[in-house]
Amino acid sequence: MKVQAIQDCITGEFKTQGDPAAEIQNAYTSDLLSDVMGNAPADSVLITVQGHKNTVAVANLVGMPAIILCNGRSVPQDMQESAEQEEIALYTTNLDQFTASYKIAHALGKI
Amino acid sequence: MLQIFQRHLSIPLRDEVYRNSRSISRSKWTERLHLQPKNIYTTGMQSIPINTYDSPTAVLELIYKLKVKDVMTSDIHTSTPSTTMGQVRTILKANSITGLPVIENKQILGIVSMEDVLQALDAGRIDAPVEQYMSKKLIVLEEDMPIFFAISYFGRYSYRRFPVINKANELVGIVTSRDITTKLLLEANREIERLEDETGTPQEVYTGQIERWFTVQSYDFENAGFASTEIKKILKGRSINSQTARRIAISAYELEMNLVVHSKGGSIHFLMDDSRVLVQADDTGPGIEDVEAALTEGYTTATEWIRSLGFGAGMGLPNVQRVSDEFSLTSEPSRGTHAKSIILLPRHEQKQINQTAQKE
Repeated sequence: MKVQAIQDCITGEFKTQGDPAAEIQNAYTSDLLSDVMGNAPADSVLITVQGHKNTVAVANLVGMPAIILCNGRSVPQDMQESAEQEEIALYTTNLDQFTASYKIAHALGKI
Repeated sequence: MLQIFQRHLSIPLRDEVYRNSRSISRSKWTERLHLQPKNIYTTGMQSIPINTYDSPTAVLELIYKLKVKDVMTSDIHTSTPSTTMGQVRTILKANSITGLPVIENKQILGIVSMEDVLQALDAGRIDAPVEQYMSKKLIVLEEDMPIFFAISYFGRYSYRRFPVINKANELVGIVTSRDITTKLLLEANREIERLEDETGTPQEVYTGQIERWFTVQSYDFENAGFASTEIKKILKGRSINSQTARRIAISAYELEMNLVVHSKGGSIHFLMDDSRVLVQADDTGPGIEDVEAALTEGYTTATEWIRSLGFGAGMGLPNVQRVSDEFSLTSEPSRGTHAKSIILLPRHEQKQINQTAQKE
């Protein structure tokens, strides 16, 4: 699925657009940045509640084109700026990680 | 009365301390420094500007490690009880000193000073023997005491020097506050040189290399990830394949975050040539208590606050170890931590880099 298609399966809004045409092949759900760093597949979307600048750094380093911030967590200014700079899509939703995860899994054809 | 200060003996009342006992001799260390030996008595020596409770750790280590015998002057002038006061005056004058220990059979009996000589002169008794004028109340140090004791005594009393005795109560030297500060300076210098050698630039010299240094501040989450993001950009610029670049990025990021979260601050050293990448993190402390545990997945010493930010999951160092082809971690609680990660570039990548380099 394309990054842009996140809004079709999860209610929420894009804080940054990133690269709307980038391809998402997988997803990884975690709040531990070292866990994301070590285990998340590249070209996947990160589903998390960690709303700060370092989440963007990790996504960037791992090669994740999008971050879904769950539970209605707000996006700090520096996180937003960092995501814009690194061209990473930042999407916020009121859904929790489990719900967001299975909706994305469904959209990816995993279930 | 001779008072010997043992490690755990309480200190006698000030009144018991005879304040004018003195003897001066040149310090072998001041001679090595080519300093003019001074008459410490008349120049008014100040107390040692080091305390024994909250000085920097390195200084505290030194003052516990060094013994009185390491700093004292052993080549000293002495007199016997039967030496005349006139002879004492000659010795004091000839050697530019202001006091002499009085010994008999290697045992210290007292100290005779310039003031005592003046008193004898006033009384017209310059031919009187030393034993009639010497002061017998004095405090001595033992040669095996850490200089920590000497420093606290210099701070406590107005003495400028203490006679030093060995286990057999024989006089073996004299220690002045100048001896201590000079020796401490020399030892501190040596320690700095040693640390510089230890943390100096690595010996490996690569050809056609890219090298970067990044400074990482403790708890600086604002700029955390900067070094690894920059490194990722370099890799991208050199068309390193994404799988290898990711391993290098993981190594750099985790080492960088470790500096932010756990260290007092440090540096990231990135060095890439056409066959491998080195990422090295060095900090100045506080060091890792248990290196083996630190490499065990899930082991963490991070605070609740750090963990709430998604760090400190105990996966950092194990992640680095996993992605590295060569990995080393050395740490000492008081000396800091040095982590080194080397990732070899695959053969076809080496070729690619050469081509890119040629184009440049």
